Amino acid sequence: MDLVEFLVKTSTIVAVFGLTLVIAMYSTWAERKVAGFIQDRSGPNRAGWGGLLQPLADAGKMFFKEDFIPALANKWLFIAGPSLAMLTALLASAVIPFGSTFRVAGHEVALQGVESNIGILYVFGVVALGVYGIMVGGWASNNKFSLLGAIRAASQNISYEVAMGLSLIAILMMSSSLSLGEIVAQQHGMNWNIFYQPLGFIIFITCSFAECNRVPFDLPECETELVGGYHTEYGSMKLGFYLFAEYINMFISSAIISVLYFGGYNYPGMDFVYEQLVKSFGTETGHNIATLIGTAVFFGKALFFVFFYMWVRWTIPRFRYDQLMNLGWKKLIPLAIFNIIITGAAVLFLKPVITAWLN
Amino acid sequence: MNSAVSFFYFLSFLTILSAVMVVVSRNPIHSVLYLILTFFTLSGHYILLNAQFLAAVNIIVYAGAIMVLFLFVIMFLNMKQDQEEAKTNLTKIAATIVGGTVFVILFGAYRKTAIAPFDPQTYDSQIGMIESLGHMLFREYLLPFELASILLLVAMVGAVLLGKREIGERHF
Amino acid sequence: MQLTNRSKQVSNKQMTLAERAYLPAIATGLAITIKHFFAKKVTIQYPEVKRYLGPVFRGRHILKRDAEGRERCTACGLCAVACPAEAISMVASERVKGEENLYREEKYAAVYEVNMLRCIFCGLCEEACPKQAVYLRHDEFVPVFTERDQVIWGKDLLVEDMNNRYTREAWTKEEARALDAKRASGEVTSVVPRAIP
Repeated sequence: MDLVEFLVKTSTIVAVFGLTLVIAMYSTWAERKVAGFIQDRSGPNRAGWGGLLQPLADAGKMFFKEDFIPALANKWLFIAGPSLAMLTALLASAVIPFGSTFRVAGHEVALQGVESNIGILYVFGVVALGVYGIMVGGWASNNKFSLLGAIRAASQNISYEVAMGLSLIAILMMSSSLSLGEIVAQQHGMNWNIFYQPLGFIIFITCSFAECNRVPFDLPECETELVGGYHTEYGSMKLGFYLFAEYINMFISSAIISVLYFGGYNYPGMDFVYEQLVKSFGTETGHNIATLIGTAVFFGKALFFVFFYMWVRWTIPRFRYDQLMNLGWKKLIPLAIFNIIITGAAVLFLKPVITAWLN
Repeated sequence: MNSAVSFFYFLSFLTILSAVMVVVSRNPIHSVLYLILTFFTLSGHYILLNAQFLAAVNIIVYAGAIMVLFLFVIMFLNMKQDQEEAKTNLTKIAATIVGGTVFVILFGAYRKTAIAPFDPQTYDSQIGMIESLGHMLFREYLLPFELASILLLVAMVGAVLLGKREIGERHF
Repeated sequence: MQLTNRSKQVSNKQMTLAERAYLPAIATGLAITIKHFFAKKVTIQYPEVKRYLGPVFRGRHILKRDAEGRERCTACGLCAVACPAEAISMVASERVKGEENLYREEKYAAVYEVNMLRCIFCGLCEEACPKQAVYLRHDEFVPVFTERDQVIWGKDLLVEDMNNRYTREAWTKEEARALDAKRASGEVTSVVPRAIP
């Protein structure tokens, strides 16, 4: 790897890191705005134009609150909990392809932190680790309600990981690659996976709601039953980190959804735009501009799914815990296995027939 | 010493340290967390060996699923320091002898094994990648692979049967 | 027996497949919420925009002056007697020569105080007043107070400012009823509010 490539990669990673944080920050604002709009209110609008400074005000408040650690809590693990939550939330963005390639001085560099041939497994592993932040924090609080919240979160995450993984397998069978960059590249030309995998998509998005602990599956946090949830004992910025991690997770899973099912940076008419840009700006600048447009499209898709999370949150009442478990184990997992069988049959038998018929 | 080798030593040091801490730490939760750290460092070793699939699967299965369940159970046990049962000297001596014997046997076994010769000309650096792994598993080792999956299926059915509520039985 | 026509018969029949799948119901719900997302907001931006509270709202107190600028209050104490919260207190004083342009009656309130923490804004003082001197404004609240000494309002805050007089459509019950009757029969639609009762 030489200097140019290194610089482009580094700036991509830094930009993605910063963007993730900014998007997570403004998701808190957007959440309140969307909640307000859906409830016929106008949401926060006092701090800055349209309430845009609200996240800063919240962060300021969080920072200046007393950083309190309960006397009987396990001090190190109490601090490690939110740190782990934040760490695992931020790790996942490393393998997401945010755009196609960037041409700088004869080098072609992918707009992706790390191009790895096990990209989706990496994401899956990081998601699987996400539960530690919650469990460690909940246990270290030395509070039965926190512990119960943590246990709820953990069992929910483990249960839904299974269905999520199974719904992913159908995608992997179609793409026959684990690399996210490859999966996106295969969806070029409106070949989006959503058209082939509607059932898989529904299972996946349901599971990602559960993994992010969002309504209708926000059982780990519950004022009426658990006082607060796994973060009952937390205050100040440590609580802020937990909440922040939830929003980062939301953005990351939206990005993953748009990568896996909605073609990532692909958009209709992409080739035409690319040709026009290359014709008018030359192969280097034109290519880069086309890439940037693709990245913008990608962020548009991801942000739409962030909005969708909020939209669902303010629409659907939550599930009961046994309903959640029943849905996960008795409905989604059989459905996902059924989806795998269907996909396998289609790849084996239907695909040759259709390709033969098309040619 | 190039960077890969120094990184290897660092990782090995971390692995052994956290593995020792699993045994040494008195709090079972700490033990589990150190065990998770051990799995991470092992995944690091896999990545150094260019076996990325193995690294990811190690994290997903061990750190992501099995250790969560460990943690789960231990959190429910509600262990207190003072409730720890006193171990008699006899137990301690017996444990030391058993552990030492196992260590000696392992050490002897490893001392005798010859490390496979390394030939840079024929060495395929892509051998740990998922494609070659897939070819290997689904061509040469298809039967053992399927047998393992049947074993897992049987275990799963058994677990479901054990967990199933019988007619008339109530758990609440 | 049916009390309203909005009641619904509950049935426990088996759900259809579409209902059990839950997704169509979610889609319906999402459609409803997105409709509200784009609907007009009902919020009134309070400190900047103030809603008209109607002609009968009972806000802060005012001690009226008459058309010549003389205080109408004669310190009879009927408002203090009528007040259920005992928020009003006053000290009467006799008008001396030369003060005829200040006070309308021969006796006047040298001190007139309303405890705004005790006041329940019932309007009984307004009804008790024989001189039409005390009113509860329909257009102004008691502003938020942050200090203890802002709670008791003296004459400096209560007496009407002649440059910015308090106006109303109707000042007595009879006037208001007559106005209502005229409005009901369609004779009058708008009346210019005036200051002097």
